[in-house]
Amino acid sequence: MALDKATVARIAALARIKVPEAELDALAGELSKILTWVEQLNEIDVTGVEPMTAVAHARPPLRADGVTDGGIRDKILANAPETTNGFFVVPKVVE
Amino acid sequence: MNLTSLTIGRARDGLRRKAFKARELAEAYIKAMAAARPLNAYLVETPDRALEAAAQTDARLQKGEALPLDGVPVAVKDLFCTEGVETTAASKILGGFVPPYESTVTANLWRNGALMLGKTNLDEFAMGSATITGARGPTENPWRRRGDNRPLVPGGSSGGSAAAVAARAALAATGTDTGGSIRQPASFCGIVGLKPTYGRCSRWGIIAFASSLDQAGPMTRDVRDAAIMLQAMAGHDPRDSTSAPVPVPDFEKAVGQSIKGLRIGIPKEYRLDGMPKEIEVLWQRGIDWIKAAGATPVEISLKLTRYALATYYIIAPAEASSNLARYDGVRFGLRVPGETLDAMYENTRGQGFGAEVRRRVLIGTYVLSAGYYDAYYLKAQKIRTLIARDFAEAYRNCDAILTPTAPSAAFAIGEKMDDPIAMYLNDVFTVPVNLAGLPGISVPAGLSQDGLPLGLQVIGKAFDEETVLRVAAVLEDAAKFDATPALATGLA
Repeated sequence: MALDKATVARIAALARIKVPEAELDALAGELSKILTWVEQLNEIDVTGVEPMTAVAHARPPLRADGVTDGGIRDKILANAPETTNGFFVVPKVVE
Repeated sequence: MNLTSLTIGRARDGLRRKAFKARELAEAYIKAMAAARPLNAYLVETPDRALEAAAQTDARLQKGEALPLDGVPVAVKDLFCTEGVETTAASKILGGFVPPYESTVTANLWRNGALMLGKTNLDEFAMGSATITGARGPTENPWRRRGDNRPLVPGGSSGGSAAAVAARAALAATGTDTGGSIRQPASFCGIVGLKPTYGRCSRWGIIAFASSLDQAGPMTRDVRDAAIMLQAMAGHDPRDSTSAPVPVPDFEKAVGQSIKGLRIGIPKEYRLDGMPKEIEVLWQRGIDWIKAAGATPVEISLKLTRYALATYYIIAPAEASSNLARYDGVRFGLRVPGETLDAMYENTRGQGFGAEVRRRVLIGTYVLSAGYYDAYYLKAQKIRTLIARDFAEAYRNCDAILTPTAPSAAFAIGEKMDDPIAMYLNDVFTVPVNLAGLPGISVPAGLSQDGLPLGLQVIGKAFDEETVLRVAAVLEDAAKFDATPALATGLA
């Protein structure tokens, strides 16, 4: 599968990663190469095969649906780039 | 006596006999860690913390109350969150992040008396096979080719841990293994690396890469040490629902037990075209060793081996693209300002992720996107079912599987860097094990023609690390691997 520049720009937007215009061509080449390589999987017939969605070799246990921590606001905020009055700060989202 | 030449087993005995103090052992490693700085194996050194813990060990030893890992100086891959100590996953996007909590695996180690020397380098977010993609530069392998002083990669992604243990700048280390990130660097650096069964160790507090594949494990000088470390690291954790509620056996007891009568699978599909002759010779030697110890090699078929890498390179990036969505410049790490919230996200992630991480997040986003999900992601998950089924089928006829760990010895820093797929091939023998969630170990088994370590891999059934350790110990005894790297700073 060859990806063009526009598709790479679209994926980058979906992933919220800014890719400089000048890098799009090279990146399209790299990603296309990987996607072409994984196309070998088309050689395998998977008719009737269930997808493996979990690896668990042992049955996961249930736990009580209870509160196990809390009251650690300052710890949670300690690593934030910007906070005010006990809140995270982000650019304005509502006009 | 050179304290840094001891294994955990020997250091434990020495401490209990009061032949030396935990403080002396810690000081010897702190010195070795400083001498190893040119290797760039450690991102953060925590000598004060190590000395403080050593003092507590000495107090316990004085009272005859030694813990299982008391006084053992351990290096921690910088993917494990350590409370109060910067943890970055070698990524710019986590620069300055100081976790307010401790990962379960490291907490288990400290509770058992181990002490932390520092945090080790890795490929950014553990995405790589050479420890070259991190924000703070590559780690050098302490080994050199005979008559050639060019720096080599230590393998990856747990390359800092592998280099530290090989250079005698840590007695043991933690690693994580998503597609071979413990076993391949162990092979490249001439040490033992054990990836336990998926679910054996808690993933809580380990920075997530691909959650259905990630597993923590020990990196050590010998097989007994791997058993001792795993004992302390393993166990069910209510905070990770994928950590298995199964009993943790006495792993050390398995080391030294006979393998007489065991059937060891030799997968015919692992004989790759173009595989270096010396890897094939090493594998055959391994087969002869287990035969001499009374086990029977049996040919098995893992039909889908050649498709495992491509399957992995859909599943792992898909999970990574989801896991790495949390790095948004709001709650921790780097923020690069932008006019709008989306612009801030895009700027932060554009500047914060390195080239390989960006590549994988984009691949992952693509294979999960509308219109491509079925063709790529769902298809890969179905092939994963078939790969796991191959192993289940093989285990009807054998108790463990013997293979090479990697298709080559360590390569030079700079090689394979411009071709992602050539780099991915490093993990051709290890990736299937992660896809099936099985345990695997790499044991140093010999030297390449130019004097570099090569490892053999033993793969086991789910939750049967004991058989893995038994077979590994037999290989270790037969191999008598005692070569030391050129830059074993701890021995200088």
